[in-house]
Amino acid sequence: MWWIGALLLSLVVAVVAALRRSPLFTAIGLFFLFFSFLRSLSLIIPPIPAFVLRWYLLLAGVALLLYFSIREETFERFKAPLIALLVEREMRFLRVPVFLLFPLAMAYMAYAYTKPALSPPAESRTIHPEPPVEFSFRGKRIKVLGLENPLRKDRANLARYIAEGKEIYYRNCVFCHGDLWDGKGIFAHGFNPAPLPFRGTDTIAQLPEGYVFWRVSTGGPGLPPNATPWSSAMPVWQDMLSEKEIWKVILYIYDATGNKPRTWE
Amino acid sequence: MTSEGSALGYPFLKALKGVVKILAILAISYLAIYLLNALLGDGVDYRNLPILGSRNLIWLVAQVHLLLGAFLLGVPMFAVTVELIGWKKGDGRFDRLAHDFTRLFTLTGTIAAILGGILLVSLFILYPGFSGYMRSIYSPTWHLYIGLVLGEVISMYLYYYSWKALEGRKGMHILLGIILNLFGIAIVFVTDIWVAFMMTPGGVDEKGNLVSMWDAINTYAWMPLNIHRLIANVAFGGSIAAAYGAYRFLSAGDDERRAYYDWMGYIGNFIAMVGLIPLPFAGYLLAMEIYAFNEQMGISMMGGTFSWLWFMQAVIIGAIFLAANYYLWTAMEKIEGAERYRGYRKYLLLVIVVCYGVWLTPHSLVATVEEARALGGAFHPVLGVFGVMAAKITAVFFLIMATFLSFMLYRRSDKRPTVSWAGKGNLLQVLLLILSAGAIIFLGVYGYFVPAAVRIRMSMAQVVIVFIFMVLFLIIEYFLYRNAEAVGRIRWGDMPGRSQYALIFLAITFTWLMGLMGYIRSGIRKFWHIYGVMPDRSPQAYLPAHGVSTFIISIAILIFFLLISLVFWMAREGRH
Ligand code: HEC
Repeated sequence: MWWIGALLLSLVVAVVAALRRSPLFTAIGLFFLFFSFLRSLSLIIPPIPAFVLRWYLLLAGVALLLYFSIREETFERFKAPLIALLVEREMRFLRVPVFLLFPLAMAYMAYAYTKPALSPPAESRTIHPEPPVEFSFRGKRIKVLGLENPLRKDRANLARYIAEGKEIYYRNCVFCHGDLWDGKGIFAHGFNPAPLPFRGTDTIAQLPEGYVFWRVSTGGPGLPPNATPWSSAMPVWQDMLSEKEIWKVILYIYDATGNKPRTWE
Repeated sequence: MTSEGSALGYPFLKALKGVVKILAILAISYLAIYLLNALLGDGVDYRNLPILGSRNLIWLVAQVHLLLGAFLLGVPMFAVTVELIGWKKGDGRFDRLAHDFTRLFTLTGTIAAILGGILLVSLFILYPGFSGYMRSIYSPTWHLYIGLVLGEVISMYLYYYSWKALEGRKGMHILLGIILNLFGIAIVFVTDIWVAFMMTPGGVDEKGNLVSMWDAINTYAWMPLNIHRLIANVAFGGSIAAAYGAYRFLSAGDDERRAYYDWMGYIGNFIAMVGLIPLPFAGYLLAMEIYAFNEQMGISMMGGTFSWLWFMQAVIIGAIFLAANYYLWTAMEKIEGAERYRGYRKYLLLVIVVCYGVWLTPHSLVATVEEARALGGAFHPVLGVFGVMAAKITAVFFLIMATFLSFMLYRRSDKRPTVSWAGKGNLLQVLLLILSAGAIIFLGVYGYFVPAAVRIRMSMAQVVIVFIFMVLFLIIEYFLYRNAEAVGRIRWGDMPGRSQYALIFLAITFTWLMGLMGYIRSGIRKFWHIYGVMPDRSPQAYLPAHGVSTFIISIAILIFFLLISLVFWMAREGRH
């Protein structure tokens, strides 16, 4: 909640500084305004991961610096307080603490950075790694590229297949991938990486069916080396379902979410 | 340059010296290969270079050689264009600029040739199996290449040293410059044959025997690579020229020089931007051909292993746009009359920064466990929206349009239109802007709701819109500002140092980007020398971690800039 306070405070700083025509403090105010704005967003949406937050802040900082240095006069005024702090006699009472504060802040940063943490480090995950050229399905070699859903062509029975796929989904997948296909099944909270949603445009909607077939058939253990962190709980469904059953459940997840598999042309 | 006589014999003498130099380097390289082979014993496919490792050596040498080569090809394009403009406009500054640049070639050419020799020797000594195979297929093109290099050297020396002698016959001299560029372009085309073959081989059977020479030349990646490299060379040449101008500006002792070098930086930056804008489209073409050759390769390029390098690419491209605009905005300060347009800069900055933010938001997030928990899924509900292609492409189009507008404002700063319909014309331009921006946003948002294959066509439509917007805008601009009256003058040289550092920053990031993108292009071959034809069986047949590869690329960039600084410095010394 204290982000709201920070938000208001930096707003005040920015406005007062702008009125008093002090570019440096306007920039500082705007920067913290932006920072606390991004943080307070977590009241309505999931927090922005630190990794992205850092990039946004860097961008904001650079943009402010650029903005206040376009005009020579503005830039002079921008630098003035800093230079005054460094050289003017009256400022010496401020100068000493600032000079002390700097190394202390650095020391704290170094400490915070190296201190052993209880949480595992941040991980980057390639959610859609490239598939292998071919994989083994119960001893049979299947090529991933160009692999199509054989049931989709059988238009007459499509509705039946989808209905059967639905049953397969509710027997097997719903616990993790959820009742609403949003990846929030009752077990989902226990897994890292979390089960993926099927709704929306960024999972199965951008994958060809052959790719999805490969993922369902080989599960987490079938992920290639670059798809770290290798701890996906997605089961290897070829051990439990037949080829046809997997194609059926794939038909179902596309149908239920209104998504269409990716085609190349 | 007192030695630069006005007789035509002198340039030929110089050209002869250049030819001898190249032939000597070639002869030494061949001799070195022969001797080293005799010393180390024949019959192996690989030799390992201790400590540095064979691959790293080839990587560094090839990268620096390529960058110098790109410079050698980009700068003549730049020089001849500038010379031509000067001739047509009758403005002596342009001629001086072109001449100043040509001075940089001869020295760079020598360094590039020496590195080329080192590359040749290291390839044949460290990778005899691979090099022998490439020679067995491509020896005709190799001989052609040598011929072209000699042609380039001859025309380069003739072009530079006949500047004074052909003063009265400018057309003749420019023709010489065009011939020089034709040689340069032909060199790019020939070397691309080899590189493209390694990525998307053709014309050979499964065992690697040559079936058709033309198919081995005209592979999938060849033409797109040619186009991409040519356009990139224009941008690269311009950005290095601008950096040179900046360096000379910063070290200039008097106002006259400052004015001249300020102007040089401006022209360089302008040409770099003209080259930069079509570059994404050429890249797109290359990517499409790679997909067409092998979908697997396309997927691993865009999706899997390299996705974090694309993130870095996004950061760098955004920084380039930001720096280029910043330069134009600071440059507006020295134009009397620019007060009328200064207010728009903050909006342009806002658009650029927001688009940059969207453009660099990664699709797959790096998240701690708690963060991932809080997300409840793999994708952030808001950031995930920025992460997808539809949003990024839209953001890039806005970056391009904003840069275009910055430039237009700059151009207008010292003029006022005199035509009677000025107000209406301006309104028309604003309407055009609103319409095309609206259409681009609409297509971008719509892109979320359609399958990927349709989305690609949508982004094509966006390309067309941006293009039409720029062309129509320029046409109106042309008639609007014909016979415009001047409201002030441009105080060339009255620029803060930071604007010049922006130019230097631009050149460095652009070069870095080339190294990074080149690595992706080459890395998608993975453990193949020649994809699907000849596997790499050396101990280094793996892709290094991103940290390692970016480090090596950065070292290469550093070496390149050290060499280029040497050239700049020597060119400067030569003046006195
Ligand atoms: C034990 C929990 C669990 C069950 C049960 C489960 N999954 Fe998964 N699934 C996951 C997790 C975790 C992921 C995300 C990690 C990954 O990509 O491997 C995932 C990912 C996927 C993906 C990849 C989506 C993408 O965009 O790449 C598909 C497809 C999928 N599951 C389909 C299914 C189907 C079909 C079933 C039922 C037959 C099923 N899953 C059952 C845990 C589960």
